[in-house]
Amino acid sequence: MIVEATGLRKAYGSTTVLDGIDLEVAEGSVFALLGPNGAGKTTTIRILSTLTRPDAGELRVAGFDVVREPAKVRGVISLTGQYAAVDDEQTGRENVVMAGRLMHLGRPGAKARAAELLERFDLVDAADRRVKTYSGGMRRRLDLAMSLVAAPKVIFLDEPTTGLDPASRTTMWDAIRDLVRTGTTIFLTTQYLEEADRLADRIMVLDQGKVAAYGTADDLKARVGGDRLDLRFTSAAALGAAAGLLGGFADQERLVLSVPSDGTAAHLHSVLDDLRAAAVVPAQVSSHRPTLDDVFLALTTREGVPA
Amino acid sequence: MSYAISDSMTMIGRSIRLGRRNVDTLIMSIVLPLLMMALFVYVFGGAINTGTAYINYVVPGIILLCVGYGAASTAMSVADDMQKGMIDRLRSMPIRSFAVLTGHVTASVARNALSTTVVIGAAIAMGFCPSASLVEWVAAVGLLLLYVLAMSWLAAGLGSIAKSVESASALSFFMLFLPYLSSAFVPTETMPSFLRGISQHQPITPVIETVRGLLTGTPIGDQGWIALAWSVGLLIASFVLATALYRRRISD
Ligand SMILES: Nc1ncnc2c1ncn2[C@@H]1O[C@H](COP(=O)(O)OP(=O)(O)OP(=O)(O)O)[C@@H](O)[C@H]1O
Ligand SMILES: [Mg+2]
Repeated sequence: MIVEATGLRKAYGSTTVLDGIDLEVAEGSVFALLGPNGAGKTTTIRILSTLTRPDAGELRVAGFDVVREPAKVRGVISLTGQYAAVDDEQTGRENVVMAGRLMHLGRPGAKARAAELLERFDLVDAADRRVKTYSGGMRRRLDLAMSLVAAPKVIFLDEPTTGLDPASRTTMWDAIRDLVRTGTTIFLTTQYLEEADRLADRIMVLDQGKVAAYGTADDLKARVGGDRLDLRFTSAAALGAAAGLLGGFADQERLVLSVPSDGTAAHLHSVLDDLRAAAVVPAQVSSHRPTLDDVFLALTTREGVPA
Repeated sequence: MSYAISDSMTMIGRSIRLGRRNVDTLIMSIVLPLLMMALFVYVFGGAINTGTAYINYVVPGIILLCVGYGAASTAMSVADDMQKGMIDRLRSMPIRSFAVLTGHVTASVARNALSTTVVIGAAIAMGFCPSASLVEWVAAVGLLLLYVLAMSWLAAGLGSIAKSVESASALSFFMLFLPYLSSAFVPTETMPSFLRGISQHQPITPVIETVRGLLTGTPIGDQGWIALAWSVGLLIASFVLATALYRRRISD
C-alpha cells in the first residue's frame, strides 16, 4: 500500500474535522475521496501531503512516516491544491520552469521538462502568455503540469475539475488516465460522483469527518439496491392492480410502480406478460441502474436535512 | 546547502519578475515619492525654516518615505502568496519554503534601490546639491541598504501572518507613518515636547540625520553610531521575528 492511514484524527478547536479515518491506497491505483462541502476532504489531503499536522493517526506515504519524515514524503509526492497555485503575472512556461528549478532539474533540464509538459497539456500556444489571460481549464492544466515536473509517485489532486466545463473536464480526466498508465498513484477528491465513478478504483465517501462508505463504484451502488423497473400507469386503479400483482413500491403521486429487477430482458418480458394477462398495461416502462448520486444522497443525508 | 542557495535564487528571480510586472505598484513606488518631494519642496518648504535650502534638508526624508511604501507592498506580496495556493505548493515540495520570503525581501531591496536612485536623480534636477565624497556616498548607501533590509524582513514577517492582503497593508501602515514623526520633514526642535520625545528616540531620526550629514555635510555627532546600532539591531530582530512568524503561520 503506497498510502496508508490508520485512526486519522484532526480537530480545529472544538470542531472535529476528521474523526478516525482509516484508508489505504494501492500503488498505481486511483483513490477518490468523495463528500459534500466541509466533509474534510481538503484536510485529509493537506495532512497526507505534510502541510497540516494530524492530532492522531499512523500515516505512511511510500513507506515514509508523514509526521516524522515529511521531507522524504515531499520527495515522492506532489500536490495540486483546491485553488490553482500558479503565478498570474508569470507566463505558463515561466511557472513550469520555476517548478522544475525548485525540483533541482537545473536550468536546461527545467526548460526541457517544461517544454515537454506544456506540449502534453496542450498549452504550447499559450505558453508564453501571462497566466492571467488563461481560462479556468488552462490554469488547472498548468497547475497539474507544475506538479508533474519531477515525476512524483503519488499525486494528490484536490477537486481537479471543480468549475470546469465538460470539455475541460474530459481533458483533465484524460490527463489523469495517462498518469495512471505510467504507474502513478492518484489520490483525488471530488464532489462529482460521475468523476469518481469514471476514474476511481476505490471510492471513499466522507461525511462530517467520518467514513460513510468505502468500496468500488459497484460496491457502493449495490448498497442502495440493485436494478429496478419503473412502470408508469395512467390511473390509480391500474397502479393498485399492478401493485397487487407484482409487489414493489407504488408512488401514488406519479402513478409509478418500482419493482426490483435483475436487469435481464427475460425479467422484463415476464413482468409485461403478467400485466397483459391481468389487462393492466403500463403507459411507460423504464429500467434503472442506481447511480452514485443515489448512493451519495442516501449516505450523506442528515436527519431531516438533505445534504 | 547549495540547494538552499539555488532555491533562494529561483525565488528571488520569481519575486523580481513579479515585481517588475506589477506595473501599478512599481509606478506608485516611484511616482509617489516624487510627488511628495515636489509637494514638500514647492508647497510646504517655503514655510519651514531648516537653515538651508529645503530640498537639501528633505531628500533623506523622502528616501525613507519610499522605504515605508516599499515595505507596505512587500507585506502585501507576501500575504498574497500565503493566501493563494503558492505557499502550499512550495511547502509540499522538498525545499525550504522559507525561500519565498528571501525572494520577496530581495525584490523589495531591489525596488527600493531603484526608487531611491530615481528620487536622488530628480532631487538633483530640482536643485539638490550633495557635497558628499565617494566614501560618504558609500557610507550613506550602505546605511540605507541596511535599514531597507531590516524593514523588508519586518514587512515579510508581518505579511506572512496577515489574515489578508488588506490587513497586511494595514499592518505596515505605521511604517509609512513613522517618517512624519521624525526629523524627516521638520527639525524635531520645532515639535511639542512629547512628539519630540518620540521622534528623537525612533530609528528613523538617526538614520535620516546620518544620511543628511553624509550627503550634505550637516553635523552628524553620535547619530551615526546610533543609526548603525538601530539598523543592525532591527535587521537581526526583524529576521528572527520573520522566521518565527513564518513558522507559526505554516504550522496548523
Ligand atoms: N484552518 C482551519 N481552521 C479552522 N477550521 C478549519 C480549518 N480548515 C478547515 N476547517 C474546517 O474543517 C472542516 C472541513 O474542511 P475541509 O476544507 O477539509 O472540507 P472539504 O471537504 O474540503 O470541503 P469543500 O468541499 O468545501 O472543499 C470545515 O468545517 C472547515 O470549516
Ligand atoms: Mg476542500
